[in-house]
Amino acid sequence: MDKRIIQILNDFGLPRIIIISFLIILLIMAFTLGIPLSDLLSAILVRTGMNGILVLAMVPTITSGVGLNFGLPLGIICGLLGALISIELNLMGFPALFIAIMTAIPIAVIIGYGYGFLLNKVKGSEMAVGTYMGFSAVSIGCIGWLILPFKSPELIWPIGGGLRVTISLTNRLDKVLNNFLSIEIGGLNIPTGSLLFLLIFGGILWLFLRSKTGIAMRTVGENPRFAVASGLSVDKYRIIGTMLSTILGAIGIIVYAQSFGFLQLYTAPMFMGFAAVAAILIGGATVKKASIINVFIGTFLFQSILVVALPVANKIMVTGDVAEISRIIISNGVILYALTQIKERV
Amino acid sequence: MNVNMKLDNLDKKKLDFVRVFKNLLLNNMVTITFVILCLIGLKISGLSIAFYLNDMISRIARNCFLILALIIPVTAGMGMNFAIVLGAMAGQAAIIAVTHWGITGLPGFLLSVILSSPLAIFLGFLTGKLLNKAKGQEMITSLILAFFANGVYQLIFLILIGTVIPMNNKVLVLSAGVGLKNTIDLYRIKYAVDNILKWSFPLTAIILATLALIIIMTYIVYNYSRVKSYNSKRNEKQDLTLYKFIKENTGQKLILYSIIAVVAIAWGIIILNSNSLINFVKIPILTLLCIAAMCLFNLFIVKTKIGQDFRAVGQDAHIAEVAGINVNKTRVTAIIISTLFAAWGQLFFLQNLGTLNTYGSHEQAGMFAIAAILIGGASIEKATVSQALLGAVLFHTLFIVSPLAGRNLFGDAQIGEFFRAFVVYGVIGLALGAHAWQKTRKK
Repeated sequence: MDKRIIQILNDFGLPRIIIISFLIILLIMAFTLGIPLSDLLSAILVRTGMNGILVLAMVPTITSGVGLNFGLPLGIICGLLGALISIELNLMGFPALFIAIMTAIPIAVIIGYGYGFLLNKVKGSEMAVGTYMGFSAVSIGCIGWLILPFKSPELIWPIGGGLRVTISLTNRLDKVLNNFLSIEIGGLNIPTGSLLFLLIFGGILWLFLRSKTGIAMRTVGENPRFAVASGLSVDKYRIIGTMLSTILGAIGIIVYAQSFGFLQLYTAPMFMGFAAVAAILIGGATVKKASIINVFIGTFLFQSILVVALPVANKIMVTGDVAEISRIIISNGVILYALTQIKERV
Repeated sequence: MNVNMKLDNLDKKKLDFVRVFKNLLLNNMVTITFVILCLIGLKISGLSIAFYLNDMISRIARNCFLILALIIPVTAGMGMNFAIVLGAMAGQAAIIAVTHWGITGLPGFLLSVILSSPLAIFLGFLTGKLLNKAKGQEMITSLILAFFANGVYQLIFLILIGTVIPMNNKVLVLSAGVGLKNTIDLYRIKYAVDNILKWSFPLTAIILATLALIIIMTYIVYNYSRVKSYNSKRNEKQDLTLYKFIKENTGQKLILYSIIAVVAIAWGIIILNSNSLINFVKIPILTLLCIAAMCLFNLFIVKTKIGQDFRAVGQDAHIAEVAGINVNKTRVTAIIISTLFAAWGQLFFLQNLGTLNTYGSHEQAGMFAIAAILIGGASIEKATVSQALLGAVLFHTLFIVSPLAGRNLFGDAQIGEFFRAFVVYGVIGLALGAHAWQKTRKK
């Protein structure tokens, strides 16, 4: 009996046990401190919708065997470019969102193909190489934001010198999805649009993974040797996985920005990949295995901690950025744990 | 037929030469590219030599130690140790304590060396244990570990100080009584080592060159006596001349070195007697001696038992295990040494800089040091002292030059700065990629 409990706990995973108990403690503290729970829940839902697609971007790379996609900033930059173009074209509301996504996708396809091609050359070290590919892409992006010929006064500094650091999306993309069909029940605000959007993309990806290409991709990820033996091109499916991930990263940042209300350029995307990686790992994924459910659970849990920790910490402590620090410790701690669980390939 | 053979030989020789040259170029691509980039940057930036030298020397004195801390883990096959950030943190914790107690000058510096050491050894031990659990993924693991440790560091110095750890110091602690301030003035320890002995640049050149000449002379004299006794014992018609002996033993290098030394002395004397600005470039001799000692340590440890273990483990952990080497223990030792050196390196860095950016000084330590050593031509599998030194010079030249070059070229210093950041990340990514590529090709 004891053994079975231990087995169940093991399957559940140590980090998740710690994180859920941490969350429960935080919730109890929030309750006793008199922080309205409906506000917290609304914020959690908003942030789940906001971050969900970025986390979803991890699924294709993990299933195709590339591993955690630390190079997510590559996709994010494509998305930012799409959003900038839609503002430059002076679009508003849903057309702006649609055009932003539609321009971002072809860019992401090209970048994702190149990125996947490179990752095929460095099998076994995808994560370390990907991290630095992401970092270098962000710095190239920085140069790009300085010299790209955008004209819209909303985008550039009035005195010249490139694009603004943060670009307000008011009247453009701001809360387009969040406000779509949003419901309010007794103080609880549900951003139906962005949650629906996340569900739709999750559903599409779920279906894709069960299509012929998707099954081939999973085979390549689970057992490359078997895949070769059955005539599948491992490299091809890994590229498809990386491309999908980059596309989802691009769409993800647009959804993120519409909820946040601002586009953040320059060095802001640098560490966004890490948050997404941590979220999917919290949801129960490993470096080798991930499902759509992991994405939903992980994003919800991770964002819950971030949302609840902030007001609780502010009530207890006068100074110090406890919420930010706990985010750093939790996200990197979870990634570290996952890395130590990889069995060395012989 | 004879002619044909000769032609074949000639062709072969030519091909060999081309191949060797090509290999040389390919193997040192990164370094050669950066030498060219640095030269172009220097030209465009329009910096004066004196200013450049001054900046460069203080940067070298500041950063070399940290870069040298990377070599041993590479030898042990663990790749670039991004977790030297943990060592840097240990150094900072010690220097914060010393500043809090108000101990000044060299005693303060030495005390922080003593205090940081056990902490660094402990952190290095933990890092090594963790990296043993993630074999094959050491680099991404040590990278994430550095981020994780940064969170813990912030927790300790931003939250726990003043709440759990009592600390009553109006200068260091934020006004609310919790957490350390963002920047801490280290005026008490500033230049504690650097200022002990400082010579001007030409003077240093003269003294070093004279020392070198004396060493060469002693070497020749010493060998002359040896040749004499050798000849008297041998009783042969033709004596082995001194010239021959030296030529056989060390080649023309000695002559080359003496020429360089003489030129350096002449140059130094000319500069000393002129109004050149280079006279105002001061060199912190003691700091450079410490760096030299560190270089020698890295060179000599390879000849010891533990150094041989590092190499064996680095070449093939499995064979090393079979040969009776405790692989895990050796790897932990390598990381401990690296972390310890990083802690001392950070202390040297801070005593030169004079201000501690409490939550930022350590963050870039690992990344910059790694980019530097890679620019110097090191790879994930092999890193030498000379690569570290060359890398330090090239990397910091780029650092000094790129904002100015960016401004002169594009009218915007920021472009240069972003380019610099791109170089740091790009070089690391490129080096990791090239290494992994080679490995998969070998398979």
